[in-house]
Amino acid sequence: MIRIVVNGKSHQLDVEPDTPLLYVLRDNLGLHGPKFGCGLAQCGSCTVLVDGRPVRSCVAPVSQIKGRIVTLEGLGTAEKPHPVQQAFIEEQAAQCGYCINGMVMQTTAFLSSRPANPSEREIRQALQNNLCRCGTHQRIVAAVKRAAALMGKGA
Amino acid sequence: MAIIETTRREFLIGTGTLVVSFRLVSGALAQPAGKPKPVALDQVDSFLAVHKDGSVTIYTGKVDIGTGIRVALPQMVAEELDVALGKVKMIEGDTALTPDQGPTWGSLSVQVAGVQLRQAAATARRALIEMAVQKLGMPASDLAVKDGVVAVRAEPHRRVSYAELIGDQAFDLKVDKDAPLKNPKEHTIVGQPVPRPDVAGKVTGTHTYMQDFRVPGMLHARVVRPPAMGAALQSVDESSLKGIKGARVVRQGSFLAVVAESEWAAVKGARQLKAGWSPWAGLPEQSKLWEHVRATPVAKDDVAVNQGDPRAAMGRAAKTVTATYDFAVHTHGSIGPSCAVADVRDGQAMIWSPSQAPHWLRRELAATLQMDVANIRIQYLDGAGCYGRNGHEDATADAALLSKLTGQPVRVQWSRADEHGWDPKGPPTLVEIRAGLDARGDIIGWDSELWAPKADITEWPRTLAATLAGIPQKEAINPGNIHRNLDPSYPFAHQKAVAHRLETTPFRPSWIRTPGRMQNTYANEVFIDECAAAAGADPVEYRLRYLTDPRGIAVLRAAAHLAKWDTRPSPAKAGQTGPVARGRGIAYVKYENARTYVAGVAEVEVNRQTGAARCTRFFVAHDCGQIINPDGVRAQIEGNIIQTVSRTLKEELKWDRSRVTSVDWASYPILKFPEVPEVVMELINRPGEPPWGVGEPAACLPPPAISNAIFDAIGVRVRSVPFTPDKVKGGARA
Repeated sequence: MIRIVVNGKSHQLDVEPDTPLLYVLRDNLGLHGPKFGCGLAQCGSCTVLVDGRPVRSCVAPVSQIKGRIVTLEGLGTAEKPHPVQQAFIEEQAAQCGYCINGMVMQTTAFLSSRPANPSEREIRQALQNNLCRCGTHQRIVAAVKRAAALMGKGA
Repeated sequence: MAIIETTRREFLIGTGTLVVSFRLVSGALAQPAGKPKPVALDQVDSFLAVHKDGSVTIYTGKVDIGTGIRVALPQMVAEELDVALGKVKMIEGDTALTPDQGPTWGSLSVQVAGVQLRQAAATARRALIEMAVQKLGMPASDLAVKDGVVAVRAEPHRRVSYAELIGDQAFDLKVDKDAPLKNPKEHTIVGQPVPRPDVAGKVTGTHTYMQDFRVPGMLHARVVRPPAMGAALQSVDESSLKGIKGARVVRQGSFLAVVAESEWAAVKGARQLKAGWSPWAGLPEQSKLWEHVRATPVAKDDVAVNQGDPRAAMGRAAKTVTATYDFAVHTHGSIGPSCAVADVRDGQAMIWSPSQAPHWLRRELAATLQMDVANIRIQYLDGAGCYGRNGHEDATADAALLSKLTGQPVRVQWSRADEHGWDPKGPPTLVEIRAGLDARGDIIGWDSELWAPKADITEWPRTLAATLAGIPQKEAINPGNIHRNLDPSYPFAHQKAVAHRLETTPFRPSWIRTPGRMQNTYANEVFIDECAAAAGADPVEYRLRYLTDPRGIAVLRAAAHLAKWDTRPSPAKAGQTGPVARGRGIAYVKYENARTYVAGVAEVEVNRQTGAARCTRFFVAHDCGQIINPDGVRAQIEGNIIQTVSRTLKEELKWDRSRVTSVDWASYPILKFPEVPEVVMELINRPGEPPWGVGEPAACLPPPAISNAIFDAIGVRVRSVPFTPDKVKGGARA
């Protein structure tokens, strides 16, 4: 049995220890925020936070996860969104939206680990290993700026 | 006819798995009147229903593949019917409930499906007012409609709602193409930047994508493709799955898969399975691709334009310009690999798919499953972005065949390598253009040729499952209407453009966003720039010498104005010191020479030493006629530009003689955040004109505008997409 803590809840799971965290979250816990994009840690769609740090859950064996996991669902809801989610909604920063989980999680980690008001260049660097195919980049960058402003105000 | 009834219920396993239960029933789909839901294109009831609670359901065979039609189409209906937008809900891409309005392709959702829905709404509105005339005993001229309530203008308390007039009853009316539409000046919903209904769910993890969908008793499957594309399966060692709980092999012919109750077991099984395949090395050598294309037999010639006498005109020319342009093979590259769920049992098939064309796929699956099309129902669910016929249809056929073979519902999830390696490709294309210029440098004759595969345009690309399983099927290829826009968007007196449609192409072809129009506009708009340079003319002024269409002139001038265009011939001579040179280039096209007008200016930085080119800003002027949702239009233009900058600067499928070797994002890189240009745009709204497509036209602009900007920066012509550093360094000097 493997024990993990996800979005504040503890789970005991009977899964193969080499199962990537992504499959456990999606198939065993029904958390579909994190997405399967490449299985190679190249695109970022599967990103979750482990103790606040972004982790590519598609290549992380569940047995090796030691910290507290937060998924997209753990940040907020449509009714009560996290400031990063709120900013993405306000900027309408999604087309197909498949990559957006990774964008939101990476942004959340980025904004909580640095001083307020990141520059455009810093934002682009922070997201450089998250891929988007629809070409939503400009709105995503705008959403990160808006989120930084929202979080600055809320702090 | 047997119809499958679906009842959806959501319940939580853990924190939120959508599970759908369904049952298959014979006879009519339950409708209030006991009749099947009409889907014919000439019936109002096919497109919309007004319910007892005043809400409205609209039905469309088009699907929202990330484009925002999930709000744009309801806006068109709400406006025309005079109901609040919040009361309109849309059902899309269910083959049992929606009319077949064609695949979601070609930038036609608003232009065709939206206009059909609008006309149905106008017909319905007129019928509802006629009913209100009866009910209220007043002439139509004394009545006004607001938010689904018809009231007497002078006595507003005398009123009747749409719900009271028709609530859940059929209209039983044919769509009247002459039913009057509202004056666009009265529009309050159309033309507004209404936010999309699905963004909040996508950002918070509650939106159900195809990949998130589960049915009870379902098996997970992974397909095992041949190591060489045309190889045949010779042996399977099932014992190689030993130790993987519940994993087993399913096969028919060379169609091979591993199924298991646990998804991870299916993944491990597919990786671990030992199978023997025949050798195959039928792909052309990549380094000799263009020789291969030129040597491919021509099935027929399509003449895009032939007017005047270009040959005689060129005989009078003071100068002749000739150039050849090639465009690499591209993959769709959706961020989420294809996925589908199918339940094929007892002669019935219930299928969930992210296909851009559920109605067409249904016919294709009838062939793959060897079933009557009437016994197949497909419901659309969002996949990752779809930019044409990618792997969705193949994954759906995989799931359907596996469900048929196992007798259980099956979910197929492709791997990244499946998607990159096996989705159908945008074929390689080659364009050669000759022009004659007079003493002033004006074009007096234009003659162009395209080499591109033929298209059986009504045939859907064959599914991999059918091919590998050896299921008999008609051989056909269809890369889409890739000859379009080969004819230049300028009314030259003497011009000819011929598409040589080739018998074959190295990979199973299909369409990827802006198929052919992108490649042909690339050639045409770089070539006219080459002519402008030969004439010593400014590229904008040179285009304006020929353009007569006022809307074309307007977008060209608007793009130049937006970019603060510096009027002078290219290449730039002043101010270019240091290793990085800057340049600007323009491009213009009237999409398919029939609709949306676009013009764009690229600004680039080119490193002279390395040849690395970066597009820093891109300006677009865009006239699609009447704008339904300006925010949706902006999102589509941003996507068109950024995705195509990626295709233009970076993307090229690689292969060896047996297989695709670009199988992930390391071997097929796309644009990353630090490389993305700023996109600046001006929308020209023409509310009195028909609404035209938006999803593709602007994607014509980056390849030529960037090539022209590189020439402006360093005086080198890049005539081969992608513009990699070696090509920029080694390109033709002015």
